Amino acid sequence: MNTSTMNSVFVTVGSTCFDDLIASMTSDEVVKALVDRGYTDVVLQVGRGSFVPDPQSCPGLRLEAFRFKESIAENIQLADLIISHAGAGSCLEALGAGKPLLVVVNDKLMDNHQVELAKQLQADSHLLYCTCSTLSQTLRDMDLSTLRPFLRGQPQKFASFMDKAVGLV
Amino acid sequence: MSLSVFYGVLCGVFLALLILVLRLVTVLRAVTDCKPGKKGSVCVLVVAGSGGHTTEIIRLMESLSQVYTPRHYVIADTDKMSEDKIRAFESSKVKGDSPAQFTVHRIPRSREVRQSWSSSVLSTLYALLYSVPLVFRLRPDMVLCNGPGTCIPLCAATLLLGILGLKRVLLVYVESICRVESLSLSGKILYHFADYFFVQWQPLQTRYPKSVYIGRIV
Repeated sequence: MNTSTMNSVFVTVGSTCFDDLIASMTSDEVVKALVDRGYTDVVLQVGRGSFVPDPQSCPGLRLEAFRFKESIAENIQLADLIISHAGAGSCLEALGAGKPLLVVVNDKLMDNHQVELAKQLQADSHLLYCTCSTLSQTLRDMDLSTLRPFLRGQPQKFASFMDKAVGLV
Repeated sequence: MSLSVFYGVLCGVFLALLILVLRLVTVLRAVTDCKPGKKGSVCVLVVAGSGGHTTEIIRLMESLSQVYTPRHYVIADTDKMSEDKIRAFESSKVKGDSPAQFTVHRIPRSREVRQSWSSSVLSTLYALLYSVPLVFRLRPDMVLCNGPGTCIPLCAATLLLGILGLKRVLLVYVESICRVESLSLSGKILYHFADYFFVQWQPLQTRYPKSVYIGRIV
């Protein structure tokens, strides 16, 4: 149980542009929902988004924003909650670090295949998912204690298969 | 006179297409004879798409032994981040003073996110013009890809190598972990041509029985 008074949220959109999520994160309802749950710090990784919010955008919260870093592993480690777009890389990185994950699906994408993964992982109780319009409600209602650990994938099975297939063994 | 020439040309074109199709079927059936590992090393052409595609392909490449060398990574010309990820990964593999056994190449992007389907066909054909000379020069033993549009012209070029009798290349496709119930567009196309088509969720294996399911591999 985290007894620290610093509860921080890390928001990531990977290599994409997801202006709606960044705008939602700085909206009054979402800021209020976060403050009510005891969060004090928010870090926004905005990727190719068209704007980078300035640190004053979330009154009541300490805000930091940047576009890209070589590695977000440290941000993930320091966070108590991760809010991510539904990209597989971002999800796997957050789940791999054992952090509670809330995925926000971008319903403006062409064929929204990302929602399939979010649905499956929510069904398996590894994360929660929502859209930008339901973000503040989800933040209010979510129960992170229901989440179960996510076991890493096993690329070594792929390697064994391929070694046989190419005739190495 | 010109009508009979016309019919002659039409028959010629039809015959050529028929031969190409028959060659394609023959080449696709020959997977069990294709064992490039028996010579001691496997040259891999790795297609790295943007964002998560690159992350997933690097996880797969991490698991493969040093026997899979040289490694030729191909990325889209507008991709700024994949090259850095690839170089970081490859430099972590280097032991001592052994020279890096990899190269990075760029081809025109087949399709941007949200690009219309019709213009995507044109841009894919344009990418094919670059893919064919590249693949014909590299002559890989195996192509590894996981779904970005970039893989279509590259896989088409390797199929062409086989059809022309120049080299039989193993086509390995790993559908992204994002795909739980439906295949990506690249997956739907390459399902019919890949030698090994991996899916990472059981429902897909049921829907696509020729696919390989060995659990989550990234």
